Amino acid sequence: MSGNSSSRLSGFDRRAFMACAAGSALVPMTARAGALDAPAPVAQDPALHVEITLRVNGQDKRLSLDPRTTVLDALREHLKLTGSKKGCDHGQCGACTVLIGERRVVSCLTLALAAEGQEITTIEGLATGDQLHPMQQAFIDNDAFQCGYCTPGQIMSAVACVKEGHASSDADIREYMSGNICRCAAYPNIVAAMKQAAPEITKG
Amino acid sequence: MRPFSYQRATDPDMAVQALSADAAVDNPLTRATVQPLAGGTTLIDLMKLDVMRPAAIVDINPLAEGWSAIDPGRENLRLGALAKMSDVAAQGEVQRNYPVIANSLKLAASAQLRNMATLGGNVMQRTRCPYFRDVSYENCNKRNPGSGCAAMDGVNRMHAVLGVSDQCIATYPGDFAQALIALDATVEITGRSGTRSMPFAQLHKAPGSTPETETALRSGELISAFVVPGRWPRSVYLKARDRQSYEFALSSAAVALDVQHGAIKDARVALGGVATVPWRSREAEALLKGQTFDDGLAERAAEAAFADAKGRQYNNFKIALGKRVVARALHRAVTMEI
Repeated sequence: MSGNSSSRLSGFDRRAFMACAAGSALVPMTARAGALDAPAPVAQDPALHVEITLRVNGQDKRLSLDPRTTVLDALREHLKLTGSKKGCDHGQCGACTVLIGERRVVSCLTLALAAEGQEITTIEGLATGDQLHPMQQAFIDNDAFQCGYCTPGQIMSAVACVKEGHASSDADIREYMSGNICRCAAYPNIVAAMKQAAPEITKG
Repeated sequence: MRPFSYQRATDPDMAVQALSADAAVDNPLTRATVQPLAGGTTLIDLMKLDVMRPAAIVDINPLAEGWSAIDPGRENLRLGALAKMSDVAAQGEVQRNYPVIANSLKLAASAQLRNMATLGGNVMQRTRCPYFRDVSYENCNKRNPGSGCAAMDGVNRMHAVLGVSDQCIATYPGDFAQALIALDATVEITGRSGTRSMPFAQLHKAPGSTPETETALRSGELISAFVVPGRWPRSVYLKARDRQSYEFALSSAAVALDVQHGAIKDARVALGGVATVPWRSREAEALLKGQTFDDGLAERAAEAAFADAKGRQYNNFKIALGKRVVARALHRAVTMEI
């Protein structure tokens, strides 16, 4: 408790500290490579960062990235959009699910460089102002989470699942949501939330 | 993950040229230092595990415009190698005339991974052998040729019982490849000297004494399309696994039948989850052809499919399970409404 209140008083938090520490460690490595839209294939020096623009939640974000950076790490570590979660980091748990275009994908196995020029939508981009997306509201209404760690991925996956037309029955929802693991096992309530939100999403 | 250079190929020539930059151009693709990136679901995963260590990546996704068509013609079905698994699984004519293909794709991985993964990348996916995927095990003839095989007397419950050698028992993990091999598909390959075709059955190489060579592709070569002759509306893909969804097969069967006036005119049987490569059972097919279906025939065909199977300590159960999967898949194919 005391730790919490003193952090608040000093305006200090773990995330800001981590970001600051990581940022200063990276400074010597942020050399610049040529623009990526130069005629391909020109292999850039793997030691150099690459300047790219990612379009996230409707905004263009200019970034200087190590080529190894995944979309997930670009979102969390560079754009401070920490809603998308890192669970397994191997495409097995679905916690990092985002939309690229209309498609749900696992952002941990998507290179940021390969996502350039595409529309990325994260959990932060789902609401309209203070108005929650129907799927977000449905997860609250149906108590569709316990610890909440998998929830952003569940919701992004659920939105796409409905739009794909794979939410017409409980069995369909279970099959097409199998890429999102919930260790608290909130599955029955997730199915209920999706059934509540599906008509609103399909009519809207 | 180790550093790599990234380049984007905007046309096939550019891709082939970039992929040919490997110092040892005749390296099998699995060992090439320049790797193509399509969906990335295998490559990025294995790079994070330090199993694959390319110095350069060539992003071939811009080629999708020309290489992702799903084209059901009168005589055959042509599938572009960069078509996404989810798109092919959802295509109406594929579902109607090639249910074994649609279902092999639909039952694989998760919705997210099927949205990312391409057909070409799917057939090129690497084994899920835990000793191959974990570099802390030195003994892996696939990763470190000549180092031995930790799976042989290790935890080999998921390993192969067909097409094995004393060097490697790693299972080929995919589903779609079983449908392709059953239906006599052809694979189109684009390389430095243009396009060549080969029977899909020749693409994968059983481990033998060189488990590090997994396919007949050479570096600088890319799969550009698959062509499936004929139509197979009476076909099924049955997959038995530890969970109901989002899991690799313990045993699977791709079965396609042409039944006329109660007699089996043509039969195709391929097995997944139990072999080191996509596995076609000509033995089972020979037993079925010209016969009238009954449960006894299905059992004899299943016995024939596993006649040469060799189990080890923990995977013997796959032989019994695999026979039942074949028999049930045959039964489903015969009774399905088309």
